[in-house]
Amino acid sequence: MNNEEVSHEQSLVVHDLGHAAHVHHHKQSFITKYIFSQDHKIISRQFLITGIIWALIGGLFSVIFRLQLGYPDSTFPFLQDLLGHWAPGGKLDPEFYYALVTMHGTILVFFVLTAGLSGTFANFLIPLQVGARDMASPFLNMLSYWFFFSASIVMFCSLFLQTGPASGGWTIYPPLSALGDAMSGSKTGMDMWLASMGLFIISQLLAGLNYITTILNMRTKGMSMTRLPLTIWSLFFTAVLGVLSFPVLLSAVVLLLFDRHLGTSFFLSDIVIGGKILPNEGGSPILFQHLFWFLGHPEVYIIALPAMGITSEVISVNSRKPIFGYMAMVGSFFAIAALSFMVWAHHMFVTGLNPFLGSFFVLLTLLIAVPSAIKVFNWLTTLWKGSIRFTPGMLFAIGFVSLFISGGLTGIWLGNSSLDIHLHDTYFVVAHFHLVMGVASMFGMFAGVYHWFPKMFGRYMNNTLSYIHFWITIAGAYCIFWPMHYEGLAGMPRRYYDFSNWESFKMFGGLNEFISVVALIVFATQLLFIFNFFYSIFKGRKVTTPNPWGATTLEWTTPIRPGHGNWISEIPEVYRWPYDYGKDGRDFIPQTEPVGENENRH
Amino acid sequence: MIAVMKEQKNKIHPHKFTLWVALASIVMMFTGFTSAYIVKRNMANWISFQLPKIFWYSTAVIIISSITIILSRNCFRRREMKQYRLWLASTLVLGVIFVCLQYIGFTQLWHSGITLTKNVSFSFLYIIVGLHAVHVLGGVIALLVVLIKAYNVKRKNYNIVPVDLMNTYWHFVDLLWIYLLLFLVMIR
Repeated sequence: MNNEEVSHEQSLVVHDLGHAAHVHHHKQSFITKYIFSQDHKIISRQFLITGIIWALIGGLFSVIFRLQLGYPDSTFPFLQDLLGHWAPGGKLDPEFYYALVTMHGTILVFFVLTAGLSGTFANFLIPLQVGARDMASPFLNMLSYWFFFSASIVMFCSLFLQTGPASGGWTIYPPLSALGDAMSGSKTGMDMWLASMGLFIISQLLAGLNYITTILNMRTKGMSMTRLPLTIWSLFFTAVLGVLSFPVLLSAVVLLLFDRHLGTSFFLSDIVIGGKILPNEGGSPILFQHLFWFLGHPEVYIIALPAMGITSEVISVNSRKPIFGYMAMVGSFFAIAALSFMVWAHHMFVTGLNPFLGSFFVLLTLLIAVPSAIKVFNWLTTLWKGSIRFTPGMLFAIGFVSLFISGGLTGIWLGNSSLDIHLHDTYFVVAHFHLVMGVASMFGMFAGVYHWFPKMFGRYMNNTLSYIHFWITIAGAYCIFWPMHYEGLAGMPRRYYDFSNWESFKMFGGLNEFISVVALIVFATQLLFIFNFFYSIFKGRKVTTPNPWGATTLEWTTPIRPGHGNWISEIPEVYRWPYDYGKDGRDFIPQTEPVGENENRH
Repeated sequence: MIAVMKEQKNKIHPHKFTLWVALASIVMMFTGFTSAYIVKRNMANWISFQLPKIFWYSTAVIIISSITIILSRNCFRRREMKQYRLWLASTLVLGVIFVCLQYIGFTQLWHSGITLTKNVSFSFLYIIVGLHAVHVLGGVIALLVVLIKAYNVKRKNYNIVPVDLMNTYWHFVDLLWIYLLLFLVMIR
């Protein structure tokens, strides 16, 4: 029986039992349906579109500061029109350069790759793939989006402050962030950063609670934990990481606010600012770094794990092969999640950390290479001899694997405390984390958007534009970040405004220009994606079959445009794992099909 | 949704589970504070302090409030709604008394020269105890909501889940306080 027959049969069942009432009968106004919606699918779209808007802003910032880095001697009069007093005469103000770098990091790490990525796909996929009508608490879910939205508003407003937004780096290390007199970006901009982050943390906690509870408690009949698609496993571990690590950032934020406004000295000691000796005594900025990175490192995996889950699913579906080593995949998710809590000090090797202590962190850091390598191996063996369909989603998933390998290998370099003495705070680090978590996770997100777009909006995205988007983006990503490794090895420090004062970095002038040009092109290509995305929502080719990719998982057993409640009749029961592709001479067997008598167990 | 929940009778109720995960995340926040406290304590310039006696009285109050909320739940299960409201109200009052006692304790500390900004150890004391009090206040507000609902004559509700949630949270802030008190007494 193919899926269309299944859905027909289900709609017949509905008429027989007549209990689809709670799905269709309440008519909703525009506001309850699209704005204050409690439907997980709408909330996921809200997260996605907010994330896209933030990605546009964050990406634009990187283009502006790349102009400065690529052409340190030129002036761009249009910058003055755009930024006003932050670019007098078309030359970027150094203070604002730092603001741009800080906001680029903050926006991309938190608002795009945390809220935009796991917010979108956890909301969309968890109920659909575990077989639930909605999240455990749709209300908390709605609240989580609106906390994120208000965090966004606060952060967005801070961009327009007279003194500029926060500019002490996305890691907001004190004392720079704790003292308003330290720089103009440490004044109101920093307070708004902290307020926004407080709201954001609440949003992530509410979201995480819901994800965990839904996955553990709301699975449909027969959906045991080992029958969950790997996307759900990855989102589960992501949520666990978020729930356990964001509160620690909250405590750091609280302590920092006390230091800023109530005169305590948690992070401040013996500081002279503008010739004035401050009364603060006994604090330690290193303490902040410990608290920050205790969140900050799991945060890296909060960003990376959903992309890994999406990649696993998309690669398996489009290779028409079961995922290789399902349990190894789950185990490595667990290992990565557990290890991610024990490696935070590798961000602090050169802060005066006890070298003996450092050696433990080196060991634990390098251990993460093991589960990561298991995952890469499994993705490659899933691709191996598959009947690969190069859909746009699949290309981005393969692109993720490529970037994850390239960026991951340099992680082994940086994880060594001795090598880190040379490499810390250079462009080598910038290249490493942009490849392995920045661009790679963006690729995971693109893969997810292209793959589930038919389910989200009932239409396809344009393929030609998607292919152009993919090829320029992957080539551009390597052209931007590959040269940065060389710059970093030569000792070029990150976060600097202008390198032309150093004789030794003059040789990189041309290279920096090249990187900036490519960055501009890649940014323009993303506009193509955004156009494709919004155009296809309204005008894309319509989806006519409920299961366009021939996938086994539950979300494709719903109607093409599922309403609130997802399934018209009863929630389907699950009889098998989600990766029965190319089994017993059949292309795929949906999870809802009972295991036949003569069928091999997987 | 209801159908799904019925199917999963032997599983823990999703809202209860959500609360447990939320408690785990609150624990993590206090772990952040207390481990920062330990790290800081091993550095120079740490002045140890004596907790005011009144904190012991507040401890007694919050323990008693935990007992009264258990009693209220027992009455609820026996459908003795009058008793239930009475015990719930007394829990609420005890909660408010607890917060007031903490406040008096802070004023005593302040007057004995242990002010917020004088030393990092004092700052930590204020923040840790203060944030716990904020969590108790949150519980008091929740209690108020449950109590108002219990007095609603128009709509009788015999659903045990909100009562259980309230119980769990209240015992949690109680245990959290006992832990913090022991922590602050033993590690100064």
